[in-house]
Amino acid sequence: MVEKNDDKQTDVNQSSSNRDETAAASSNEGISRRTFIKNTGLVAGGVVGGGVLGGVLGNQWFAGTDTETAGEAETDGESNNFQEARMFFKRPEDFQVLSAAVERIYPEDDIGPGAIALGVPYFIDKQLAGEYGFNARDYMQGPFYEGAPTQGNQSSMNRRDVFLQGVRLIQSIANENFNTAFFDLEGEQQDEILEAFENGEPEMPGMDSAAFFEVLRDATLRGAYSDPVYGGNQNMDGWRMKEYPGPQMAYIHMIEDDEYQDMEPVSLHDHN
Amino acid sequence: MATELPHKQAVIIGVGWAGGIIAAELAKQGFEVLGLERGEERTVDDFTMPKDELKYALDYDLMQDLSKETITMRNDEDMRALPMRQLGSFLLGSGLGGAGVHWNGVCPRFFPYDLEIRSQTIERYGEDKIPEDITLQDWGMTYEELEPYYDMFEKTLGVSGEDNEMTPPRSDDYPTPPMLETRAMKLFKATTDEMGYHPYIQPSANLSEQYTNPDGQTIEQCKYCAFCERFGCDYQAKADPLITVIPTAKETGNFEIHTHANVRSISQDGDIADGVYFIDETTKQEYFQPADIVILTAYVMNNVRLLLQSEIGEPYDSETQDGVIGKHYCYQIGAGATGMFENEKFNLYAGAGALGMRIEDYNADNFDHSDQDFLHGGVLTLGQSGNRPIATNPVPPDTKSWGSDFKQASIHYFPRTLSIGTQGASLPHRYNYLDLDPTYTDQYGDPLLRMTYNFTDQDRKLAEHQAERAAEIMENMGADIVTPNNDTEGDYDIVPYQSTHNTGGVIMGEDPETSAVNNYLQMWDCENMFVVGASAFPHNSGNNPTPTVGALAYRAAEGIEEYLNNGGGQLVSSKNSTQKA
Repeated sequence: MVEKNDDKQTDVNQSSSNRDETAAASSNEGISRRTFIKNTGLVAGGVVGGGVLGGVLGNQWFAGTDTETAGEAETDGESNNFQEARMFFKRPEDFQVLSAAVERIYPEDDIGPGAIALGVPYFIDKQLAGEYGFNARDYMQGPFYEGAPTQGNQSSMNRRDVFLQGVRLIQSIANENFNTAFFDLEGEQQDEILEAFENGEPEMPGMDSAAFFEVLRDATLRGAYSDPVYGGNQNMDGWRMKEYPGPQMAYIHMIEDDEYQDMEPVSLHDHN
Repeated sequence: MATELPHKQAVIIGVGWAGGIIAAELAKQGFEVLGLERGEERTVDDFTMPKDELKYALDYDLMQDLSKETITMRNDEDMRALPMRQLGSFLLGSGLGGAGVHWNGVCPRFFPYDLEIRSQTIERYGEDKIPEDITLQDWGMTYEELEPYYDMFEKTLGVSGEDNEMTPPRSDDYPTPPMLETRAMKLFKATTDEMGYHPYIQPSANLSEQYTNPDGQTIEQCKYCAFCERFGCDYQAKADPLITVIPTAKETGNFEIHTHANVRSISQDGDIADGVYFIDETTKQEYFQPADIVILTAYVMNNVRLLLQSEIGEPYDSETQDGVIGKHYCYQIGAGATGMFENEKFNLYAGAGALGMRIEDYNADNFDHSDQDFLHGGVLTLGQSGNRPIATNPVPPDTKSWGSDFKQASIHYFPRTLSIGTQGASLPHRYNYLDLDPTYTDQYGDPLLRMTYNFTDQDRKLAEHQAERAAEIMENMGADIVTPNNDTEGDYDIVPYQSTHNTGGVIMGEDPETSAVNNYLQMWDCENMFVVGASAFPHNSGNNPTPTVGALAYRAAEGIEEYLNNGGGQLVSSKNSTQKA
């Protein structure tokens, strides 16, 4: 039976403690946040400011944490993942700006890892190196006109150029407004800059800055939640946080169940 | 110069559901058929690792490559049409099996009211009930005449379903029993039942049990793995052309398929089509394929485009309202409600493309429209096709779309959010149509198809009504946060996904002045051409279109056989209707 909650004004975003109470009140609540952390070896002890995270080049989310077991993830602070090297971004600075920006879009918190720990910056780097970066399956013939919003993206730029121009503009705005590199700013200052992009305020030649922000946000979610084969969603931790069990082969045995079922995720790797 | 190939009796352009059905029926009768499919060859072995949201659902692996060809769109005639540079609003299929490979498999029929919509509306409510510029037309055949062909289509697929008092009459039961019910479906069922509606499990081409069809093809039992729409099925449990009609056609020895064969134009000798010109996409060589009969089954967009490009049939003119090719482009009207449940989590990662519970109480003319300021309606469905994590990020209204609040809310509500959606009927409007773009071209320099389309007042009122009904149901289901949604609030937008239920452009009817094809989908202006697909719908109903496409394809196949056996001629004598708006 569904118990109707009369308080429709409950702000779920207000604080995590509210949500804990909600979870505790639920009779069929699945895995709790604490269980998640325990099961995955993720402990929310490593919360650091944007400045530190922005400087991280590798996946060091697990560094310095009180890790019990981390599955297949790294535990020693040194990444042995051979895929963690840049294929597209040539300048380290561009990649650092990208990393800091996606971490603000999908931050590490007490639920679990953020974009950097999930491998999102490397995911985006790999995506840009291939078909996605070249808009290989988009119609890219001219002439180019601005058009109405209902007519969709009409930019002549491919995503490689959009990302490069975008991260460099983020950095130059940070330098101009705060005299500091974007990745060394406090989180709130970084958000201020990203919000300006979200609102389409900065001028970007050949591109709407709000459209760049939308692509950046979309790419971040893709990296957090796509199959780990693409380099993001490391250790399937994006799926664990979301209680998404991955590409399971079948649910016919439980499709009629009324009870909520939480299960360990599988990935395409398990389908080999 | 084009190389001329050996003559064929029948050439089919586009091998999806419509082309596959006609190929199977003609080949079984001993006719020699060639299928020209511009996309890739495909077999079930292509779907051994399909459960990849990024590749298939977001990067559209099975869909049309827009770098080669797209459409252009404008909301009205005063705008400059611009190319749809990325897929969004609808997903055009590509490759063998067409959109029939990536469909969800929802299998309802249209209503008797649909086929006689103009006559029945006038009879019940008077002619004044039809809004200005809503150019309603009857279909030129009745539901009773179409019913046997629905039955054939459903038996080819093995459709799983249950009868319901609000759905059209059936001559036979569904071939297989309905799908299983999830917790969310049971909640919707109990709630709508209590509200006096008539819920039922929606008919599905993801099958409830293994089934062998009359042609001897076997479809497996669905495992509810939740990868249907935008994906091929690794279990062969979703009926699609690749495991039904295409092998049936091939097994006769009379059907040959040429893939990567992109037809650019249909050639005419007088009023008769004598063959088609196509480019082999692998070699870029051009060929001429002569044939006795040309069957165009290339989806709405290419059916219209190829006719216009080949100058067959009279193009529609919105000014004079003369001409037929491109007229009555219709879509589907999206609206509904989202409900967030604080105290209940659902197994929403599980599902099947066509799994869902629905009511038809506000569809077609199943409810009295006397006091409504719109016509028709739409099905209301609680579907459970399976939520995937990249695309499903439900948050309460006014939540920021990124950052910590977004992360926490979208994770919290992922298993706690249900949706009820309508597929609203889309009625034809004088200024919603398809023609050729004056500026943009495809990879060969041929003009792109131009869509002129916007929502109408009729659409907006219908959507508003359906969103209100959906929100009432969601409230009664016990959701804590109920948010109605309505796709028609602004102008039609090509960016967000809405529906791949595009219809019209080569519509059927009884009068050559107002329709392009007769009720066998034979062209009035070119008797040896049959143009088959949802392009034939004079309007779109409030339901999924594929079974009606399938039924019309079986009807067309019967007509083509008759045409070939009798040595030609129009199969239906034309009537001068008084329908012209």
